[in-house]
Amino acid sequence: MKVLSIVETAYRATVEEQDDTILWLNHMLKNNGLDVGILLRGTAGNYAVKGQDASGLSHPPQIDEDLRALMAKGAPVYYVREDVAERGIQEANLLEGVQPISRRDLPSLFEEYRLVWHW
Amino acid sequence: MGTLTIALMDPPYETETTTTALRIVDSALRKGHSVNVFAYEGAVNLTMAEQAPHANPVKGTSVEEEAHPTTKDWVAALFRSAQGRLSWVNCGLCVDERGAGKWIEGPVRGSPKEFAEWVKSSDATLVIPTN
Repeated sequence: MKVLSIVETAYRATVEEQDDTILWLNHMLKNNGLDVGILLRGTAGNYAVKGQDASGLSHPPQIDEDLRALMAKGAPVYYVREDVAERGIQEANLLEGVQPISRRDLPSLFEEYRLVWHW
Repeated sequence: MGTLTIALMDPPYETETTTTALRIVDSALRKGHSVNVFAYEGAVNLTMAEQAPHANPVKGTSVEEEAHPTTKDWVAALFRSAQGRLSWVNCGLCVDERGAGKWIEGPVRGSPKEFAEWVKSSDATLVIPTN
């Protein structure tokens, strides 16, 4: 079962939870047999920036590492190229392996998945 | 008849999305479908047994006059009408970190594993996130 999870709200409760709860949930779903893909849009495009450092906290969230772990398990991670550009984020600063997709190509991406969830 | 799975995230009394979701559940059950609900994060508070209606000091109404609804009563009513076609899992880790372990009869403790299994076996899945 192919599921595309669109993550838009960024850093919600990540200090309390030490994770992004939607990425965490999707990691669990991947572990339990769903063929999960992640699409970062809006402010969540920042999740793909490598070297995020919240180490001033005793148990900081490590969102970039969580994305790496998801990709290592075979979950593709996409980001909306225009959303990242609008926020002044250079694509050279993004994690290796995350895949850009333009807004006009989103319908084609959606066609690849049985379910599309917008979190 | 089909099977619908819904993931809820909002806690009670914060948004109208949960009310809408429960109406969808009610409608599906009335049409004879089966419904699975996965309560994630604040949604585990929807079924807390100790929810209580309250008076309204602004309006000067009593508890009885106010007839304030509680989400646990709404969910209990859904279970009564479902005749075994409603399954409800409260995310166990979400329950623990909220101290929300005392709930009404019907829901059970579970994990994203149950949600994943439901997704695979359902005709449709709807996620209603929080923001």
